[in-house]
Amino acid sequence: MWVFPVYWMVNSSFQTSATISSLTPTWLPTSGSWTNYRAVFSDSTFTGALGMSLAVTGIALVVCLVFAFLGALAVSRFRFRGRKSFVLAVILVQMLPAEAMFIAQYKMISGLGLLNSIAGVSIIYIAMVVPFTLWMLRGFVAGVPADLEEAAMMDGCTRFGAFMRVTFPLLAPGLVASGVYAYLQVWNEFALASVILTSDQSETLPLWLRNFAQPSSLGMIEWGQVMAGSTLVAIPVIVFFMIVQGRMTSGLVGGAVKG
Amino acid sequence: MTTSAPARELLDAPPPPSRPRSRRKRPRLPYLLIAPALIALLVGMGYPLGWQVLNSFREYGLAQQFGEAPAWVGLDNYISLLTDGAFWSVLIKSVAFMAVTALATMVIGIGLAVLMKSIPSWSRITLQIAMLVAWAMPIVAQMTVWNWLIDDRNGVLNYLLSFLPGVDLVGHNWLVDPWSFFAVASIIITWASVPFVALSVYAGLTQVSDEVVEAAQLDGAGGFQMLRRVTLPILRPILVILLLLQLIWDLRVYAQIELLQGFGAAGDKYDLLGTYIYGLGIGQGHFGVAAAAAMIVLFFTIALSWFYVRELIKEDQS
Repeated sequence: MWVFPVYWMVNSSFQTSATISSLTPTWLPTSGSWTNYRAVFSDSTFTGALGMSLAVTGIALVVCLVFAFLGALAVSRFRFRGRKSFVLAVILVQMLPAEAMFIAQYKMISGLGLLNSIAGVSIIYIAMVVPFTLWMLRGFVAGVPADLEEAAMMDGCTRFGAFMRVTFPLLAPGLVASGVYAYLQVWNEFALASVILTSDQSETLPLWLRNFAQPSSLGMIEWGQVMAGSTLVAIPVIVFFMIVQGRMTSGLVGGAVKG
Repeated sequence: MTTSAPARELLDAPPPPSRPRSRRKRPRLPYLLIAPALIALLVGMGYPLGWQVLNSFREYGLAQQFGEAPAWVGLDNYISLLTDGAFWSVLIKSVAFMAVTALATMVIGIGLAVLMKSIPSWSRITLQIAMLVAWAMPIVAQMTVWNWLIDDRNGVLNYLLSFLPGVDLVGHNWLVDPWSFFAVASIIITWASVPFVALSVYAGLTQVSDEVVEAAQLDGAGGFQMLRRVTLPILRPILVILLLLQLIWDLRVYAQIELLQGFGAAGDKYDLLGTYIYGLGIGQGHFGVAAAAAMIVLFFTIALSWFYVRELIKEDQS
């Protein structure tokens, strides 16, 4: 039941428009071909959107990981005045409904003259994913006992050296897991992108897919190609998600065991 | 989709390790560390939020579109919304949509979790993978696929339903009638959110240790008593949080409704709060009223999340 829509997407993506528009559905892509995928890749709007998505995701991801990592260190390794308020702010920001915020965000980005630009969406995306990433990383940092670092400092490492040699390698899985989660959020984001990116030249993949799935001037939808496009947008997400699921559980269990 | 786990974890956090040395020596370091994240939050979230609060008390009309400064109008935007039948109808529709969808998600999710507990492991793993795939699908891809499934001419749904005796749905458009439009939206959202509930509840069920179950059985607990005295108390916090998260998420569905409108019929009749605010603000340029409407949604969400945050704290203390 749950997998049928996904199966149907992949199945349809391998069919020619003739088999798709016949009155009886074809259940297996026996006469399967890559025509639809080739058509999608030769569509210049697809490659443009792919580039845009890669750029936005790349920038947001790197900046977000650095910011969130530093913040997570502060929150889990130090006790300082205002720590509680900062943590509370990080929790509360995640409760803000994005749909109730984006008109204000649209006005701000338009005021900065950054509509339809990579910088414009990235600013909002970074703010959107930093709280969540910080939260997740905090758990991973707390899972690495500070004693380990102190032991390394006893052995003559500087504080920074101890951190780089001992703690950082242990955090790598955590960074990967949080990074993938942040990537998924940005890669899939649709609502804000549809508000800020209105020109055809600055579509991200979700926007491209939305427009691609609209009927053409003849009132026809090329379902085979649309399903090929959907598959292409979904596959990296599904693959990364599957990887992280495993890491997440092992990360959380590891953290629980280490206390 | 993923706020719950870290949230719980955060409050479970052990107290920060004591580092008296570094605390005295470098009191500025933690502030430097949080500064970038804080600035990002202030710019991307804080400033728009502030703008929104201020502008929900201001008038944005035709004159402002020609450059005039918006005037302060006090509570006018709120009053005009709350006395407007259209807003109430959208609000009531959204709340009903939220309740139905969240409830359906919870019931099916819990059912599947119980099922997973009782079936052999190979079929459980198949089911889990199927659900993970559905859960991981990007929203736009989800909506596109469903739009293809329910397509009036070549959609597989109409084809299959027409096999039922007396049913002929070939050529039926599901998105024209508002009731069936929202039913379709609700089914798609339920389909996409059940996996999260099912997998979380299943994880909760596996925490009910065999020893506890055996001990209760030795004490003569039957199936129903077992459920009421052993399983439910352990699952309760998970269930409460899952329900609240579903309510919050289903109240603020925007992308799904907006995409479905793009595929099918568009117009006021098919609006929920998200698309309504969008139409008001960006469609018609009434930023003030839209900001006020957004504030009302914000208020609802905070009211709902308040229980969530409190539940987290309670869980932490127990």
